[in-house]
Formats: sequence, C-alpha cells, structure tokens
Amino acid sequence: MKKKSFSWANLYLILIFVLLYTPILYLIFYSFNAAGTMNAFTGFTGEHYQALADDTRLIRIALDTFRVALLSSLFATVIGTLGAIGIFFVKQRKTQTTLLGLNNVLLVSPDVIIGASFLLLFTIAGFRLGFFSVLFSHIAFSIPIVVLMVLPKLEEMNLNMVTAAKDLGANNWQVLKSIIIPSIKPGILAGYFMAFTYSIDDFAVTFFVTGNGFATLSVEIYSRARQGISLEINALSTILFILALGLVSGYYYVQQQQRTRRRKLTDIDPTNHQKAVSP
Amino acid sequence: MTSKQNRLLFFPYFIWIGLFVLIPIGLLIYQSFIGIEGTFTLENIVTYFTSATYLTMTLQSFIYAFLITVITLLISYPTAYFLTQAKRKDLWMLLLILPTWINVLLKAYAFIGLLSQDGSVNGFFDWIGLGRQQLLFTNASFLLVATYIEIPFMLLPIYNAIEEIDPNLLNASRDLGASSWESFKNVIFPLSLSGVRSGIQVVFIPSLSLFMLTRLIGGNRVITLGTAIEQHFLVTQNWGMGSTIGIVLIVLMVLTMILTSGRKKGKKGVGRS
Repeated sequence: MKKKSFSWANLYLILIFVLLYTPILYLIFYSFNAAGTMNAFTGFTGEHYQALADDTRLIRIALDTFRVALLSSLFATVIGTLGAIGIFFVKQRKTQTTLLGLNNVLLVSPDVIIGASFLLLFTIAGFRLGFFSVLFSHIAFSIPIVVLMVLPKLEEMNLNMVTAAKDLGANNWQVLKSIIIPSIKPGILAGYFMAFTYSIDDFAVTFFVTGNGFATLSVEIYSRARQGISLEINALSTILFILALGLVSGYYYVQQQQRTRRRKLTDIDPTNHQKAVSP
Repeated sequence: MTSKQNRLLFFPYFIWIGLFVLIPIGLLIYQSFIGIEGTFTLENIVTYFTSATYLTMTLQSFIYAFLITVITLLISYPTAYFLTQAKRKDLWMLLLILPTWINVLLKAYAFIGLLSQDGSVNGFFDWIGLGRQQLLFTNASFLLVATYIEIPFMLLPIYNAIEEIDPNLLNASRDLGASSWESFKNVIFPLSLSGVRSGIQVVFIPSLSLFMLTRLIGGNRVITLGTAIEQHFLVTQNWGMGSTIGIVLIVLMVLTMILTSGRKKGKKGVGRS
C-alpha cells in the first residue's frame, strides 16, 4: 500500500514538472520554426538564432543584464552577510527584532512600491537614471535576501567555537575569517545564488528606475512582447534556458561536494574523538 | 563582537537600511501629500477614499491576489510534501525552481503564444471539438499565468519547513501507532504552517501589485493596485496619487504580514501537549 501511494506522489510531481516546463519548452520548440509564428511548425531553421546573433542591440542589453546581476549579487552578498552577522550578534533582543523588521521591509514590499520609491529617491537626489540607478536598486533589493539566507546558518553555528577561538587568542577578524565565514558558507552561497536569480528575473523595479538609455532583458522583452510575437525572443529564451540549466547544475554540484566533504569530516571526527578520550 | 572594528564592518548594511529602506518610505509618504500642482494637500487621500473607481479597483485587486494565492497554495502544498518524500529530492527541487530562472517576461510571452487566437491551446480545443475560444486577455488567463509564475515561490518555503521537521518526531508518532495520515495531520501539517505563512506572504503581496501581466495577458481588463501605481508614476506623471495608492498597498501589505506572522516561538511549542 505504501508503495502504491508513493507512485501517485511521483505522478503528481511529474505532472507539476510537465506543467511548469510546457511553456518554456514550447518557446524553445518554436524558436526553430521556419514559419515565423508560434502555432504551426513548418520546418526546421536556425535563422532566428542568426537574427539574434546579428542583433547587436539585444546582445548589448543581455551583457548589461548579466553585468548588473553579477555585480549586484556580489555587493549584496558582501553587505548582506556582514549585516546578518551584525544582526546576529546584537545583544539587545529589541534592537535585533527592529533590525530584522527593517531588513524584511524590502523583502515583502511589492516590486512596484520599491520601484516607485526608488524612482522618487533617485529623482529627488538628482541621480541620473541608467546603469547605476539599476545597479544600486538591484543591490538594495538583494541585500535582505542574502541576510535571510545567512541568518539561519548563523543560528545553526556552534557558538562554543567562537568562544573557544577567542579563548585561544583569536581577534575578531580571525574569528570572522576562520570560524564564522566557513560555518555559514552554504548560506552565503545560497544568498548569492538567490540574489543573482532575483536580479536576472526582476522586471518591475528595473522598469521604474531604468530611464531611457539603459535597458535590461526584461524591459526589452516587455517592449517587444507588446508589439507581438517575434521568434528572435524564442531563440533568446532557448539560450537563457541553457545558461540557467548550466548555472543550476553548477550550484547542485557545489552543494553535493559540500555534503560529501561534510560526511567525510563526520566520518573522521568520531575516531579523533575516541583517541582524545581514550588515549 | 561589539567593538568599533565590527561596527565598521556592519556600516554598509546600516547605510543601506537608511538610504534604501527608511528614506524611500519617507519620500513615498511625503509625496502622497503633494497634489498635482505641487502643493501640500490632503486631496489625494480624499480622492482615493471618495472615488468608487479607486475603491472597486482595490477590491478587485484584492480578490485576484486572494484567488492566485489560494490556487497556488493548493497546487504547491502537495508538491512540497511529495518532494520531501521523493528519492532525489534536492535534484527534484532544483528542477522545480529552475523555471524561476527563466525570465518572468519570457514566461508571459510563452503564454501569449500558447493562448492566442490561433495558438496551440486553441488548436487543441478545435481538435477536440470545443471550437476556438477567446483565451488571451481574459480574467482566467491572468489567473492562470499569475499562478504559474508564483508556484515555485510558494513551493520553496513550504518545502523548507517540511524538510526542517525533526525526523524523530515522525518516528515517535509512528512508534506511538499513528497512521501516515495521522502523522501528517498532527505532526507534519502543523509544523509546516510556518512555511505556508511565508509562502502566502511571498505570493499574496506581489500578486496585489502585478502590473506587467495585467497588460500582456489580462489585456488591461484587470487593473491591480500595481497597474494603477505604474500608470500614475510612468504614464500620467501624477506621482502624488501614485504614492497614495502605494501607501494603501503598504497598509494592505502590513495587514497581510500581521495576519500571517503567527507565533514565531512555535518551535519551542512543539512539546506543548
């Protein structure tokens, strides 16, 4: 009986999987359509990819998008990780909850609010809209994500290690570098990963603060999609999908590596311990 | 860890809080008191609360966000639960959240192709004898696509909450003679509620403010609060009214947060009875 219910579960998962991937595979499939529409497949062609390769505007926008995503998630990870450590070590409970509350404001704020209020901020500060306004906005909305990814790892961390390190004469910087950062590394990586995802995926905030001269892929696709179907966008989505697949497999691989390493450590540890207690 | 050296490390983070959290909210509140002529006035708020258009729009937006959240939850909860039981769950999870890596605009664009007058779905309807229907630019298509986009965001927190449940609790409940349904009802479900709550937060609030889908998929039939704000800020340039609707959205958001926050100390409450 247990086995039977298990296969139902798998069936459900496969169904959800198919549902989630149908639109994406649909896009990819028609990117090879010679007819130039998304409904009747008349023959295989690579011409849409050729058109994409010749579209220097789109390529520049794609590179800009990746530049924003890489830079913003990097900055957000550094600031967010340090912020999370700061919040974690705040002694007063009240200050800690206030800080966490402030941290979560941008996380729960709707994109439109973030976009509109950043637009107000940049306009009133007299900041020109363009690459930097988009980059700063992306850093800003990615920081709380990183904090949320790192905080649980800090809570899992063995605080005795910190105390022990301090007893052994480590200064704060050494504690941070050799104890805290290594033990929260999975959280930091996850934070970076999430920040990158959010940046690539963002449309609403970027749409508000992008101005005229600068565009990310989302904004560009939006303006093209409003004009109707162009299979060049399908070709683009194929490439983006393959990129995403590559990144995700990379992330999965890193996590697997970490897991086996951790298992090895725990395998070794008991023997060391035994040696220590019974010499 | 409270020496001056550390303060310096956390400095950028606090700058961030000031510059990108506190000041923008302040600006938004300030702007909502600025009328169309640039003077300090209450007219935006008065207009909002006396205009039937704005009030129905808010209600409509709320109902749509509610529906999107409920449908997403109904689909995602079983998925999350089955995932935790699956063999290669990490891989499955990655595969299921991989679509969030595909740009949301591309997904919307795919649905334009799928649902259009002579798109594949209509082709299928024609083939089974239903005939071609108007699918794109309907309220149902808006709901469908919004749900599609939000599923992974609901899935992730629920999955994490179920994953965090101490397996000993499940072993204990089984040892005490609970059937798998009873274990689910009395152990897994209550302990997964924290995930459900954060799932609702991350789906409901953005659903109130979707503005790109309303145009591309909903054909401007559905006007959400987000659409209204975007229109006021980027099209009609009436920033004061836009900010006022923004404040309304923030209030709704805070209410949602309060309603879904629950007891955070639930972890300690496990051994209550």
